[in-house]
Amino acid sequence: MKFRIYRYNPDVDAAPYMQDYELDIRLGDSTQGKMLLDALLLIKQQDDSLSLRKSCREGVCGSDAMNINGRNGLACITPLSSLKEPVELRPLPGLPVIRDLIVDMTQFFKQYHSVKPYLINNEPPPETERLQSPAQRAHLNGLYECILCGCCTTACPSFWWNPDKFVGPAGLLQAYRFIADTRDQATSERLDDLEDPYRLFRCHTIMNCVDVCPKELNPTEAIGNIKDLMVRRMV
Amino acid sequence: MAIAKRTFDVVVVGAGGSGMRAALQLAHAGLKVAVLSKVFPTRSHTVAAQGGIAASLGNIKEDNWHWHMYDTVKGSDYLGDQDAIEFMCRAAPEVVYELEHFGMPFDRTDSGKIYQRPFGGHMQEYGKTPVDRACAAADRTGHALLHTLYQQNVKANTHFFTEWMALDLIRDQDGDVLGVTALEIETGETMIFQARATLFATGGAGRIFQSSTNAFINTGDGLGMAARAGIPLEDMEFFQFHPTGVYGAGVLITEGVRGEGGYLVNKDGERFMPKYAPNAKDLASRDVVARAMTIEINEGRGCGPHGDHIMLKLDHLGDDVIRQRLPGIREISLKFAHVDPAKAPIPVVPTAHYMMGGIPTNYHGQVVAPYKTGPDEVVHGLYAVGECACVSVHGANRLGCNSLLDLIVFGREAGRQIIEDIKNNPHTKPLPADAAERPLARLARLENQQNGESVSEVGDAMRKTMQKHCGVFRFPGLLAEGVEQIKQVAERVAHTGIRDKSRVFNTARIEALELDNLIEVAQATMISAAARKESRGAHARDDFQQRDDVNWLKHSLYFREGNRLDYKPVRLKPLTVESFPLKARVY
Repeated sequence: MKFRIYRYNPDVDAAPYMQDYELDIRLGDSTQGKMLLDALLLIKQQDDSLSLRKSCREGVCGSDAMNINGRNGLACITPLSSLKEPVELRPLPGLPVIRDLIVDMTQFFKQYHSVKPYLINNEPPPETERLQSPAQRAHLNGLYECILCGCCTTACPSFWWNPDKFVGPAGLLQAYRFIADTRDQATSERLDDLEDPYRLFRCHTIMNCVDVCPKELNPTEAIGNIKDLMVRRMV
Repeated sequence: MAIAKRTFDVVVVGAGGSGMRAALQLAHAGLKVAVLSKVFPTRSHTVAAQGGIAASLGNIKEDNWHWHMYDTVKGSDYLGDQDAIEFMCRAAPEVVYELEHFGMPFDRTDSGKIYQRPFGGHMQEYGKTPVDRACAAADRTGHALLHTLYQQNVKANTHFFTEWMALDLIRDQDGDVLGVTALEIETGETMIFQARATLFATGGAGRIFQSSTNAFINTGDGLGMAARAGIPLEDMEFFQFHPTGVYGAGVLITEGVRGEGGYLVNKDGERFMPKYAPNAKDLASRDVVARAMTIEINEGRGCGPHGDHIMLKLDHLGDDVIRQRLPGIREISLKFAHVDPAKAPIPVVPTAHYMMGGIPTNYHGQVVAPYKTGPDEVVHGLYAVGECACVSVHGANRLGCNSLLDLIVFGREAGRQIIEDIKNNPHTKPLPADAAERPLARLARLENQQNGESVSEVGDAMRKTMQKHCGVFRFPGLLAEGVEQIKQVAERVAHTGIRDKSRVFNTARIEALELDNLIEVAQATMISAAARKESRGAHARDDFQQRDDVNWLKHSLYFREGNRLDYKPVRLKPLTVESFPLKARVY
């Protein structure tokens, strides 16, 4: 299989470049069940200078997000059999590159932190659990599962234009995760915080986020729900 | 060589469940805390825990902490310390309610309480019938827990040093621990983190095996650092093989599948667990199920063209239950086994999963080691929690869902203990002149190594040796050979080389440093296993098939220097209740 991989090491490279690699595997039996991450590890055995993040290798930690043949995804759950050759790998777009496939996610996490991503409930907690019906709990499905990989936000043109002002799909999904939680008491503060020409309203429902999310979540829908709540509280 | 230094009250190494629970406790106390993590906190391996966290809430069926304690003692094959087990099981409901109050999105019962499901080895009335004790957020409990703790730490303004790898402990001539030296992965810079308390929460070391459910980051860093600093490692021979790793890929399939009603079948479609565990069946504890599966495979009843795996059947649960209660399993199954579990069984095989042993601690998280007065002597300034610690609550075999519980109970308790110790002892000791000598020498060695062997080749040799010589069943000849081979691999680890010598985000260097830690864990595991001449919990020997309480009811202590072993008694006396007497272990 053939690969073209974005390389940049600030220690030695004046500018980034694409490097070709070839592995002695063919699509078919030998790649049955193999993931892109498996191939990257084989490449790293040939060339230990290739850098990428990785950890769980099962799509739950969110480390190995990258741009795969033009589309953001996780290397560990992208089957080799689904890829066209040469497989072109680049770092996530829209964020500064630290080295090779590793981006600086500071801005991404800054936006995530800005939505106060934690339960706010100032009443003293009961002796046991706060009650929540299965139907109320079901509102959190499709929201709490986010793994903060950054695929969605870095696929969003609105984030590319305004990374410092627009929260981005991942952050907004989490904002709605707490708005939707019956145990959270800060809905109106949360809506106030987002009522801003940029933080929420730069979303133009392009839906790249939905398209790329490796966990099949739907940030656009969550953003729509937040907008609905804003309209509803105005009337 | 000059090296930068920063000073904190506490440095926590590791930002998984236990490290972040401790960090939260410390932040609330207003201490100056640094939390070091090799990866962004929510990428820690706690995120991959699936089935639940054990607590006797009794939301579905009647339950109490004393039954939970009995199950844990029995599950440990009586090697667990009963004071620590009582402490953990009593605290369980309170810490789980706390997690709920922090915002953790548990599933719910119809009455709005936390949903619970049955799990292996958790029973009512001292072993009679399975009980729903695993508090679950679908099959993503670890993810829900880890993200909730991270969120609370964001709220508490915890100071994370993300993508920093701790390299070595700093101990002075009195043996007191004064902090760590660490490497910033992004820049390649080293720095001393001086602290009055150092808490290791570095997780497991499943990557010593070839086939493991563990993440790449699980390289036993805390254990390697402890061993190099002269601190013993306890009960390292006890390594849990999870019954259901996806065949070929190793990815975990939660025991919660069997808790929800799934079961294992051999190539004849026979549900075989009732033969081995007539009462608990597929919900016997993990060592029992893993051995039963291995026997089925060895006796020619394995599945597939090579007869080398078992099938996990859950299609009878129906698509709705699978989608609601086991959505993550459905996803893993589709991606890694190419099977829709609502239609066909999942091919599985016992897979290295969890290290029962670790850095010896008491139930307050203080590291203890024999130094002058005895095995319970506290190592001043050093604490350990979570999988890297051996409290010991899991003894020779851990029950499912007791791991997440361990993280939270002892993370919180270690935090409390550190706050108290710092209050009682407010002085900072001076750093020794050679504080960073060892880590800097390790880095210099890698830098200057000529014609070094590749890290991945040497690592492969280690993983193959462990897999072949120290598996589910252990044979005297293989163990003896294994000890020699792993020592030879250790020699090779001392001469690995990296081609890439650049500074910025050099993952080749990180992997070489990780291998230094893995090999300490591998040696401790193999050497402790070869020495223990009995079968207990996860340690099953072909030549000594019975538990031997006369000679072996004791904890192993492995010392790196000279590969020496020592032993210490099991703490059979609980805190307030009667001891559970030794009994044959039947499920």
